Amino acid sequence: MKARTYWDAVCTVGDLVPESGIAVWTEDGPVAVFYLPHRLPALFAISHTDPFSGANVLARGLTGDLKGQPVVASPLYKQHFNLVTGQCLEDEAVSVKTYPVLLDGDEIRLEVAVNQSETEAA
Amino acid sequence: MSKKTLIVVGNGMVGHHFLEQLVASPAAAEYDILVFGEEKQLAYDRVHLSEYFAGSTHTDLAMGTSDWYTEQGIQLLLNEPVTGLDRDQRTVTTPKGDYNYDELVLATGSYPFVPPIEGREHPHCFVYRTLEDLDAIRASAQAGKSGVVVGGGLLGLEAANALKSLGLQAHVVEFAPRLMPVQLDTDGGALLRHKIEELGVQVHTEKATTAIVAGEEARLRMNFNDDSHLETDLIVFSAGIRPQDALARSSGLEVGERGGIVVNDQCTTSDPHIHAIGECALWDQRIFGLVAPGYTMARTLASVLNGDQDAAFTGADMSTKLKLLGVDVGSIGDAHGQTPGARNIRFNDEQVGHYRRMVVSEDGKKLLGAILVGDNSHYDTLLQYALNGIALPDNPETLILPESQGGAPALGPDALPETASICSCHNVTKGDICGAIDAGCGDLGSVKSETKASTGCGGCTALLKNVVDSELEKRGVEVSKDLCEHFPYSRQELFHLVKVNGIRTFATLIRQHGRGHGCDICKPAVGSILASCWNEHILATDHVPLQDTNDTFMANMQKNGTYSIVPRIPGGEITPDKLIVLGEVAKQYNLYTKITGGQRVDLFGATLSELPEIWEKLIAAGFETGHAYGKSLRTVKSCVGSTWCRYGVQDSVGMAIRLEDRYKGLRAPHKVKMAVSGCTRECAEAQSKDFGVIATENGWNLYVCGNGGMRPRHADLFATDLSDEELIRTIDRVVMLYVRTADRLQRTSVWMENLEGGLEYLKQVVLEDSLGICAELEEHMDGIVGTYQCEWKTAVEDPEKRKRFREFVNAPAQKDPVQQWTTERDQRRPVLESA
Repeated sequence: MKARTYWDAVCTVGDLVPESGIAVWTEDGPVAVFYLPHRLPALFAISHTDPFSGANVLARGLTGDLKGQPVVASPLYKQHFNLVTGQCLEDEAVSVKTYPVLLDGDEIRLEVAVNQSETEAA
Repeated sequence: MSKKTLIVVGNGMVGHHFLEQLVASPAAAEYDILVFGEEKQLAYDRVHLSEYFAGSTHTDLAMGTSDWYTEQGIQLLLNEPVTGLDRDQRTVTTPKGDYNYDELVLATGSYPFVPPIEGREHPHCFVYRTLEDLDAIRASAQAGKSGVVVGGGLLGLEAANALKSLGLQAHVVEFAPRLMPVQLDTDGGALLRHKIEELGVQVHTEKATTAIVAGEEARLRMNFNDDSHLETDLIVFSAGIRPQDALARSSGLEVGERGGIVVNDQCTTSDPHIHAIGECALWDQRIFGLVAPGYTMARTLASVLNGDQDAAFTGADMSTKLKLLGVDVGSIGDAHGQTPGARNIRFNDEQVGHYRRMVVSEDGKKLLGAILVGDNSHYDTLLQYALNGIALPDNPETLILPESQGGAPALGPDALPETASICSCHNVTKGDICGAIDAGCGDLGSVKSETKASTGCGGCTALLKNVVDSELEKRGVEVSKDLCEHFPYSRQELFHLVKVNGIRTFATLIRQHGRGHGCDICKPAVGSILASCWNEHILATDHVPLQDTNDTFMANMQKNGTYSIVPRIPGGEITPDKLIVLGEVAKQYNLYTKITGGQRVDLFGATLSELPEIWEKLIAAGFETGHAYGKSLRTVKSCVGSTWCRYGVQDSVGMAIRLEDRYKGLRAPHKVKMAVSGCTRECAEAQSKDFGVIATENGWNLYVCGNGGMRPRHADLFATDLSDEELIRTIDRVVMLYVRTADRLQRTSVWMENLEGGLEYLKQVVLEDSLGICAELEEHMDGIVGTYQCEWKTAVEDPEKRKRFREFVNAPAQKDPVQQWTTERDQRRPVLESA
């Protein structure tokens, strides 16, 4: 059963930082949005929560490419996460959630599940 | 079957080594082992005794632990001198009783020879042998200004260095016409003297002391045979050693005419149940006053006790390589050319202060001996030629000529035979090292722990590294110096590319000289290089994505994603008003507050969006960023100095503030710490810093490349009695050279250890300007200092930069739900549930 989703407008192009990430708040919790202008597509969205520490910090990690895959390094313990798949490169049992992301005019939209209960997001 | 009893008299380095060998062998099961030590302490490393003054403790120097003795079932009786030996009854006597033995090992070492000079019993006369001697010297030096070492040999110069490090004006008085008469010739001795005098130690040769009397200006006066005299507050005798053979003499064992217990090739004395090893033993009419031959004797005896018929001590190589007061000295084999027909080749450059002499065989094919002063970089190669009898090249002089004059490169590790001895202390050959690598050792550290190579005197460290690197490379283990997969260059090469080509952005650099898009290794490294070269704001649009999170947000990320803030408090000096502001800000934002080790205040628990608000308040109160987040200057710690302290001789706080203000903000390969002490008591612990400054009556002594933390290293004395201006210029040059040439995340300590030529090379470049780059280094530093800005001030004033500090860009009021808090000892701390 696929949960109902919608495209949430989370920020504008002016909020993005080239070659780096920003964090947004969604109904699904905190999400990191990365803008790598040298790539097509150039936008990536993964969970902002670092699975190794539990802290919401992944948007503040350094981006780059390792063996061709776009990655972000956790700023806490430096594990790398593939920005497309969410897979951790150092530990194949660990991955982070990824979100479809698109550019709509000046707005960045993420596809997130519609929350059944509004209180969960608080 | 009851066990036999083996007694070892003496718990020094050689005695300890013997026990290590014995307990690892089958014979260990046959004996109950008792060890008697005269000193209170366990066996310690006398080779590095001087380091005790430089701050090493007995524990640092100890060879083993008392637990080790217990685990091995060895009964260790310290502070219990053996006073009698009855060979008929096979007993030894101590003040506490008699003990029976079946086999007795004498490892009693030697005692310092004190010439029979009138007045030598004076309480401020010492010898230089045990930790207790050193404690007494230190106590005497506290209230003294000058000290004399009698004896200009190897140990005497060590002792002079120790006196100097205690802040005394040091003198060396030598009977012979030159220093180190045993190891050096006239030219070598003269050069060594010149170098040592340049370092502030006064050398007096051809002086025999006739009497020691009360002094007029100092505690003591030494009268010499030429009617001159010298006043001093203390005297250290280092006029050679004599074998400690009293037990052997009193029990009728055969001893040499000039002392020493006579032993055969099996290290057994004239009594078949008594053996002697180390400096107390006389073999072939020779005493061996170095640790390596002692170790060889220890191993021989252990084999003999295991029934090895072939075990024999056959003499030992007495070559030495050392740094005396920072000056390289090396002496190999037949250094004086006493072999019949021997020929000499000499190279003497008085301009740079290098002297090298080779003694070659009559046919010119073999190297018999060598002398080196000023530069030991040729030592390893020459030693290998001499020890292994490797045939010399057709033009043997190329071995000691500088490369610019056609000198041959050093003998590569590949040219050494498998039998070549790499570490003579532990008798490790190149073959042993290859064996260890084949058995799975994949790096230098594991080879060292497996073979024990380079854990004795440490003289073979560089050679061992070369052999290991070369062998690993041969086995296909890549020893790559590439920064990462994006740049096939080392940091130093990248620095050069950036500087020479005027490259100002990461994008340009990776397009022209790299591949791909970068990663968390190369981006911060290049960000640091760009900052070191051009000093633009780290949050400029092109540079933001290069910074580690701590640099991006100019604060230190903690485990729950909040940050800590460390404002700069130069030299640790702070007004009450500013201290109150810190307290008020911390209170308002509920920040956990802790004093740091660097005399600053750390405020923990600020969220991303709070950072600019907090900094607005701190900047308004006159604070600047402390760069606690950066690979840059952290703090310049200081003691209170002459302004308040009754012992201080210079204004250490004033100098610390001056240094901190000068170097703050400079981006470096890694963090840089400094400290300034106002006198030799060294309350600011400057010798554990990258740059340590210690006040003298005449100015400042500069120490460089120290480190605390995980891998402590004492800083090396770099220059003495500098004026304020000289001090700053010297630090400018060293810092800038470090910034330009170090590897990524390499602290100054490791940088220096890896610099070819080490401290001596660094001195040549910085103090003598041997590369002609000092003006450029200074100019570069002036440029950096002139373009300093407080990064936080610039950031809070720029709305675009402040946008970066939004926790969630679309929800300013949203709190991070994982940041939960509890209270402990009246302050807030994080509770973090694991994910």
